[in-house]
Amino acid sequence: MIEVRDLYYTYPSGVQAVSGVTVTIRDKEFVAIMGENGAGKSTLVKHFNGILKPTKGEVLVDGRPTTKASVAELSRDVGLVFQNPDHQLFSETVEEEIAFGLRNFGFGEKDIEERTAWVLSLLDLMRYRKASPFILSGGERKRVALASVLAWDPKVIVLDEPTIGQDYGQKEKLRQFVLEINEQGRSVVMVTHDVEFVADCSPRVIVMSKGRIVGDGEANEILTDAELLSRASIIPPQITQLLDQLSDLGLPRHVIDLHQAKTLLDRLVGVGVEG
Amino acid sequence: MRVFEGLRFRRGDTVIHRLDPRTKFILSTIIFTLALVFTELPFLMMLFLAQVPLIYMARVQREWKRSIRGGMVLTTIIFATNILVGYVSNGFRLTYGLVLYSTTLAFRFVVLMSSFSIFFLTTSPDDLSLALQQSRIPYEFCFAFTTAIRFVPVLANEAQTIMDAQKSRGLELEKGNFLRRIRNFIPILIPLIVGAIRRSLELAEAMESRAFGAKKERTSLYILKMRRSDWTALSIGALLLAFSLYIRFFVGLPPLPLT
Repeated sequence: MIEVRDLYYTYPSGVQAVSGVTVTIRDKEFVAIMGENGAGKSTLVKHFNGILKPTKGEVLVDGRPTTKASVAELSRDVGLVFQNPDHQLFSETVEEEIAFGLRNFGFGEKDIEERTAWVLSLLDLMRYRKASPFILSGGERKRVALASVLAWDPKVIVLDEPTIGQDYGQKEKLRQFVLEINEQGRSVVMVTHDVEFVADCSPRVIVMSKGRIVGDGEANEILTDAELLSRASIIPPQITQLLDQLSDLGLPRHVIDLHQAKTLLDRLVGVGVEG
Repeated sequence: MRVFEGLRFRRGDTVIHRLDPRTKFILSTIIFTLALVFTELPFLMMLFLAQVPLIYMARVQREWKRSIRGGMVLTTIIFATNILVGYVSNGFRLTYGLVLYSTTLAFRFVVLMSSFSIFFLTTSPDDLSLALQQSRIPYEFCFAFTTAIRFVPVLANEAQTIMDAQKSRGLELEKGNFLRRIRNFIPILIPLIVGAIRRSLELAEAMESRAFGAKKERTSLYILKMRRSDWTALSIGALLLAFSLYIRFFVGLPPLPLT
């Protein structure tokens, strides 16, 4: 569990990126953090494993203040996958890249081998096992970065912009994968601009704007709140926009799901009734 | 990364900022030369103190202090290495002369750093490029030079992100013995270097697609001109240099009591 209490953070340059955020990420929860550029999303999640320490307020990971532990210690429980994989890949082979974190956390050689094999097959990277991470495509490098964190099985996984550079097929795989690791009991926090991806995942959504939390709730409530979304420079999912424009037909609000929308529209034109 | 912060240009409008970049470069070089020619601690201290009014005139004292503080690690290393080497080669004896010598070398570094800090803090990269061009240095070299300076803060930023990313994978930068700590920097350096190479290739492509080097003759919107203040500053610098060299080679400073 991650508890953020009245967090303020000011960068050395003087920019106040987070101003008075209080939020709790419970165990096994799936949360998306959204908001305009510079809203403070990345700054907030960098507090979760102690990379940034609060200027004011506190952040507790399982009751332990982040100021009392090193980034490496906290990362054992909170795995943060950075936006740009090129900021972390350095090994000769993909396999070594995965093993790096495991060695740092003191896993035995046999354990390292097993976990590497497990995570590589999980992320569809087995054939690149002996390849250099530098020759892979952008999307593949991103998956290697994710695998290298997932390997030590942290309780909370934080993904910064996981969908950037992924084609639709990979995004769909990523979605299923994220839902799966969440179902297995890990908390997942993702920072993203990708409103359609969030609508498909349907997690708890936290909306940030200008360093504050301006909305927090279930995806179907938050993503259909046009006024709230526009404050954070987010455009509602296309399904929601469509149903909104058809609102004179008496269709319900709070719909972000394609299948639910189809059922509603089918019923409207009478197909669902007959079929 | 603090060291680089102290080298980043801050826009300002003071007497020092308005000086011609060539003047500032020559003044910095004078201080540089003097710091290398003299091995006497009192003189180096005078040289250091002589820079203080310039720093206040340029109103960059905060950034300057930061760069000096950032350079303290290197200064300490210089001091420690000299003490250590002297101590061992001296037959494991620590003498007053050795301490004084090591202090002088470390202090010399501070003086050099300080003079370059003032130069870079008060000279915009554009001015610097212009100065190089007007000194008839081929534009390709000027461009390479200013680009290198321009990318220092970018690289510093990137190094910070990389460190954060690797710490998030359990890398303990502050733990372990000396060798281990050096090895710990491999996961930082490789992504940094690969990134820099990748960026330079991209930059080259971007520049070529904007017709870099299509025409040999270049014209400039701004032309640098030496003003009276430049000549005044240069004269003071030249006098200082001549006087100091005269003292150094023909008169000599009174020796410090070495035992």
